[in-house]
Amino acid sequence: MSLPVFGAGQDPGPSFSELLRRSGAASPVAPGPPGPSAAVHVPHGTTIVAIRYADGVVMAGDRRATEGYSIAHRAIEKVYPADRHSGVSIAGAAGFAVEMVKLFQTELEHYEKVEGVALSLEGKANKLGQMVRANLGMAMEGLAVVPIYAGYDLRRRTGRIFKYDITGGRYEEDDFHATGSGGRDARTTIKLGYREDMDREGAIELAIEGLYQAADEDSATGGPDVVRGIYPTVATITEGGFERVGDAEVAERFQALIARKSAEGQPR
Amino acid sequence: MTMPFGYVSPEQAMKDRADFARKNVAKGRPLVAVVYEGGVLLAAENPSRTLHKISEIYDRIAFAGVGKYNEFDSLRTAGVRIADLKGYQYSREDVDARSLANAYAQHLGQIFTHEMKPLEVEILVAEVGLEVGTDQLFHILYDGTVVDEQRFTVLGGDADTISDRIKAAYTEAMALGPAVRAAVGALAGPDRQISPSELEVAVLDRGNGRRAFRRLDPPELTTLLST
Repeated sequence: MSLPVFGAGQDPGPSFSELLRRSGAASPVAPGPPGPSAAVHVPHGTTIVAIRYADGVVMAGDRRATEGYSIAHRAIEKVYPADRHSGVSIAGAAGFAVEMVKLFQTELEHYEKVEGVALSLEGKANKLGQMVRANLGMAMEGLAVVPIYAGYDLRRRTGRIFKYDITGGRYEEDDFHATGSGGRDARTTIKLGYREDMDREGAIELAIEGLYQAADEDSATGGPDVVRGIYPTVATITEGGFERVGDAEVAERFQALIARKSAEGQPR
Repeated sequence: MTMPFGYVSPEQAMKDRADFARKNVAKGRPLVAVVYEGGVLLAAENPSRTLHKISEIYDRIAFAGVGKYNEFDSLRTAGVRIADLKGYQYSREDVDARSLANAYAQHLGQIFTHEMKPLEVEILVAEVGLEVGTDQLFHILYDGTVVDEQRFTVLGGDADTISDRIKAAYTEAMALGPAVRAAVGALAGPDRQISPSELEVAVLDRGNGRRAFRRLDPPELTTLLST
């Protein structure tokens, strides 16, 4: 590779997608060709949740990807760090979603390195909105990607959650959000259990319960897989940064949840 | 054979360009890089908090430049671009200092022979390896010459004197504190002190997670210099 040097008026500035375009690399999320589709079976990721608590935000996602009625993957990751103080989780066409996350991560780090300062949380949330909008063509073909973006705002000293629609519309949620095929069930569960200023444990427990109830109602959402030891991805984002909650801790909480549900008896 | 009017021999032309670049690079304040136990330490005298001489290129790679600020800063940006493009298109593991140093060398060499004036810069590409003893320093001159160093290197004016001072203080696999004192002591010389607020110091720290680059702020620097 030779050094990418641009003349005046051609310089892509701190934008990585612009750099990709100017350096001749094809845009990774190009609008799709018009034509019959919607029935294309590609892996889809399902339920993701985010809850604000006293120290920041907890994000979680189940591990299942489905392809039509089949399970495409049992242990897919849907919660990713976007940078040190924010995370992005994804529901929708898995291929595009994972690519979008990778581009988004690169975009944020690229900006920070070129400019010498990181974008504001608001700026990052808007950037993700533009990327979702760029995928609108594919979304109309049934290959939508719907992320949740959450982070710790170092300027306002609080956790913040942003949700998106397929057109790139960006809306800030005060307390929690869940999306994907089981998002509605997860949302209801979280709504009933939500309290202001929960602690870390309470927030993680509620997120896990939301995913559990989503898996109970939605066939595309994976429940805890005790046999294989596959549990949802959970992460916290606080002033200290993005941190994955260890598998052992999540497994332990799930076992406690299952024990409690078994003792209480679930309605059939 | 009659010489055309205004003829300058290639030897003379190259020598004039080299003199011009060397003289202007030497005017700026020097910068040192030292390999220590935990990675690579980069230190420069720089009163500015915002116009950096040392910066992050990629996960394990840092850039440093001396000479004309706008020229080495645009080289820095180009380095970030090439590294991010490569890491995005292939894999993060495929981004390495050697190929980046070669790209810089090609670019500087091209400008040195073909443009009106050479770039008045001297740059460094440093990479921290996964284990002790695998760190790399590529020192690149205004004409594209690449020098691969193992333990330490000095950029800018007065390099020989500063090199000698570091050599005297250097030991294999030294800790961060002694490395900082060796580097800053070499920059200052025996007759003066440089205060932490006049220094720009950063490390490529093997233990800093994916992004090894970390700046040492004045309080941390004060502690390291005083112990």
